[in-house]
Amino acid sequence: MRPSISIEFEPVIGLEVHLQLNTKTKIFCGCANTFGREPNSHTCPVCLGLPGTLPVLNKKALEYAIKIALALHCEVNPLIKFDRKNYYYPDLPKGYQISQYDLPIAQHGLLVISSGGQAKKIRIRRGHLEEDAGKLIHDDSLGCSLVDYNRTGTPLMEIVTEPDLHSSQEAYDYLHILKLTLQYLDVSDCDMEKGSLRCDANVSLREKGSTTLGTKTELKNMNSFKAVKTALDFEIRRHQEVLQNGERVVQETRLWNETKGTTFSMRSKEEAHDYRYFPEPDLVPFVVDKKMIDAARQTLPEMPDVKLQRLIRDYQIPDYDAGILIQDPALADFFEQCAKANKGIESKKICNWIQGALLQELNARKKSVTTISLTVQNFTDLILKVENGALSNLAGKDVLKYIIDSGKSVDAVIQEKGLAQVSDDQTLDGIVENVIKENEKVVQQVKEGKASAIGFLVGQAMKKTEGKANPKKIGDLFRRRLLNE
Amino acid sequence: MKNKKIINEEVVRSVASLARINLQAAEVKQLTKNLEDILHYVAKLEQLDVSRIQPTSHVLPLENVYREDIVKPSLSQQEALSIGPYHTKGHFNVPKVIA
Repeated sequence: MRPSISIEFEPVIGLEVHLQLNTKTKIFCGCANTFGREPNSHTCPVCLGLPGTLPVLNKKALEYAIKIALALHCEVNPLIKFDRKNYYYPDLPKGYQISQYDLPIAQHGLLVISSGGQAKKIRIRRGHLEEDAGKLIHDDSLGCSLVDYNRTGTPLMEIVTEPDLHSSQEAYDYLHILKLTLQYLDVSDCDMEKGSLRCDANVSLREKGSTTLGTKTELKNMNSFKAVKTALDFEIRRHQEVLQNGERVVQETRLWNETKGTTFSMRSKEEAHDYRYFPEPDLVPFVVDKKMIDAARQTLPEMPDVKLQRLIRDYQIPDYDAGILIQDPALADFFEQCAKANKGIESKKICNWIQGALLQELNARKKSVTTISLTVQNFTDLILKVENGALSNLAGKDVLKYIIDSGKSVDAVIQEKGLAQVSDDQTLDGIVENVIKENEKVVQQVKEGKASAIGFLVGQAMKKTEGKANPKKIGDLFRRRLLNE
Repeated sequence: MKNKKIINEEVVRSVASLARINLQAAEVKQLTKNLEDILHYVAKLEQLDVSRIQPTSHVLPLENVYREDIVKPSLSQQEALSIGPYHTKGHFNVPKVIA
């Protein structure tokens, strides 16, 4: 019998992200860069690859690429060119894709991820511009495939990491930070479901401590960050089993099957890919000078990691709260405006309202803080009213709903809905008296020393007033009556 | 130089297959000879001393030719589809590419 050897493996992962840039037009022609339109309604002789047409680079696409390069701390190549990547597939009408081979726009960058509380640098190998291909639909009933060339020529930035990621979680964290960074740049929708951000993963296993790379497989067809993570988990386990059985991993491309939760071989054709890259003769080279780089740098917004530190420092809010705010730059802006409104509300209180009630309302409406009619004035008025007891917490949340939907002022909504908090002693005392009469048993428990049972009584009183009573006052009244406090 | 083979039938067959061109055996033979002649002709360039010449990727003395990001009218769906023989619901029909 062979002694069982338990070898500890370490996954080595590199990611390739394809990002559709949200320019108004395609990368090499003036067709509108759109999504979800009638098939083949946004094409022209250039993006259909008709003979005799000439591609001309969209200046905006290059500017966006420089912005991305700078945000990812890449070196921007002073001279770039485009190359033809040749392969036959019906989604590519020219028979080649215009891409960048040896002189890409960006090289040698890095992105810092937070891995288990530790900052970790992930090196970016390169970033290059290219054109997207069309969309293929495989229809079994027709016995043919269908092509829509609207997507053909959409500007893409491909961002490739070095194999610096060592777990599926790190891959997930990298994607998360990358997406956030790209959203801050406002260069893409970054929507995986719409395909404006797509991710392929290369994974191999090596013995822990070793520096040589094992045989890798390439994973495709994951349509969410979570899918990337689960596909990697599956593939890492599969490699592990193969290697532990003393077999070899086959280098191949594998597709993720979301429903089955497995990867399967794409069964690539017998011939290896031979893209026969050569310089694109239809496009001249581009000199990226200091002026262009400086101009792009001017348009860079504050990046999420910098914003995070500034929010913590300037507003004295906890890391966690700042971490939530920076997920959406518009939300972070809204927070800052509220904090600066200087109404004497603690910054942390504003955070709580944003993270709790406001995010809940936004998520329910699938909207952003910029697409609802909530003003800083109204939101801070509301928080203030709850803080000084004019509104109960519960009623405050109700009011928030109304002001979001109607855009009316807080006072108008309170009056309309009769939500003002009841704080006058006489009214509250009457309610307290009724509750005491109706809950003899609980009252007895309180008197016998079970002070926590007061909470139940307060709840009953709140119910009677439909949440309008001031809970603090109610509690005080109960304590005064039952405990002589 | 003249006698050194640059290309062989195997390469011609592989390039033909990448280009989706179906070649008969006789054509492979003929093309191998033709391509060999062309490549030998071009290989004359290798005799030049280019050690002091900057590499270039383009023959035109031009750089940075752009276009502004302004939408131009596209073809109508009907016009676009008219260049292909078959279409279904606004799509071009192509031979089935995935089993």
